[in-house]
Amino acid sequence: MSKEKIYFEPEDLANFGKVTEWQEPMGKKFFDYYGEVMKEGALTAREKALIALAVSHALQCPYCIDAYTSTCLKTGSDEEQMMEAVHVASAMKAGITLVYSTQMMKHTKKMTM
Amino acid sequence: MLTTKSLSARGAALSNTFFQLDVLNGKELADINFPPFALKAAEAGFAPLKPSRIEIFQINIGKLCNQVCAHCHVDAGPDKKVENMSRETLEICLDILSRYDIPTVDITGGAPEMNPHFRWFVEECRKLGKTVMDRCNLTIIMANKKYHDLPDWFAAHQVQIVSSLPYFSKTRTDAQRGDGVFEDSIEALRRLNAVGYGKEGTGLLLDLVYNPTGAFLPGDQAGLEREFKTQLKRRFDIEFNRLFAITNMPISRFLEYLLESGNYESYMAELVNAFNPSAVANVMCRNTISVSWDGFMYDCDFNQMLNLPVAMPQATHISQFDYERLSQRNIVVNQHCYGCTAGAGSSCGGEVA
Repeated sequence: MSKEKIYFEPEDLANFGKVTEWQEPMGKKFFDYYGEVMKEGALTAREKALIALAVSHALQCPYCIDAYTSTCLKTGSDEEQMMEAVHVASAMKAGITLVYSTQMMKHTKKMTM
Repeated sequence: MLTTKSLSARGAALSNTFFQLDVLNGKELADINFPPFALKAAEAGFAPLKPSRIEIFQINIGKLCNQVCAHCHVDAGPDKKVENMSRETLEICLDILSRYDIPTVDITGGAPEMNPHFRWFVEECRKLGKTVMDRCNLTIIMANKKYHDLPDWFAAHQVQIVSSLPYFSKTRTDAQRGDGVFEDSIEALRRLNAVGYGKEGTGLLLDLVYNPTGAFLPGDQAGLEREFKTQLKRRFDIEFNRLFAITNMPISRFLEYLLESGNYESYMAELVNAFNPSAVANVMCRNTISVSWDGFMYDCDFNQMLNLPVAMPQATHISQFDYERLSQRNIVVNQHCYGCTAGAGSSCGGEVA
């Protein structure tokens, strides 16, 4: 029996830093920027972790979902808050789909008697 | 699933402290070894780890408790009727406190208030001019009408209250501490606020303890304190002074949780990888003596629960208390010590680094 092909393995996340091995200056710039963005600033680290969690779901990155679930728990968010953040992302996606129907409605009215 | 009985009441293998130490040292259950903590401490310049000054006399007055919290390192519970400090042992403690300049008496348990000599002992410590801290689980205030007057009594004796509240919502709190604990804790906090605890200018200190409700390290203490203050005020009109973020130690019931949930290896790896050399200087074993219900001395409450007494052969009981020898002892360390040196470090007073 052949081994089932798995694309996403949780332990690969620990190797994220190694991307610098093949493009060091670019990789370093990314991680410096990333670290700067995610640290406490005008928004708290907790608020940023909830935003990141929501974005992870919207863009469907399993690594990010794992990482930011842990970060949200560590920075003091609970299940209700985390799920609510995901609903924000979900509502945004739904809204972003639906808002384009204003164009459909406009074009329909132009085309129809 | 939250257990309702202590490890010893269930006859669990982990109720044996030798077994726990074997697990932590890779000899039982978990087939993984981490660098010896003593080696890491030595690399940080502490070979061996020595005390600074004895500032805190921490008494575990008994393991009897009205709760059976999932993360409890004491394995406390309602079944622990024997493990309760006697008046005779408390009198020896008072004698030591009267003779030495140890400013703070930190009373922990179990639920300290369930010890029949608790109130007498606090009064005697206050007469000696000691700062007295009581690690109150909050629900004890609501548990029985004989404890309903505790807020007034605490205030009359200016006891500093340190209480656990893992979250400002029911889900996370009850998951760690038991069904109904959140509701009773909020009511207890309201009653403490009503007599002045946690309020500006009263001098009545009410500090909260945050323990993560799972296999993860606490986040930034200052950030957590801000969030707890905002949410408790907004949702319940409750105030408090400080929040201490305390890492869960991989011993007793929390060790059981880690093993059963499959999180032991990753949690220990996280503790080891987050070893912070600058946390070692401020670990609480350096300024604390921990005393068990039967009068034996330990470097800290965690060593106490692992049955690792102070390294003073034939002189581990408080009846043999020797301040000079204790000030020069080597502190006993083992793999659980990574819990106090991970990240920002951890102690009974929160972050240390």
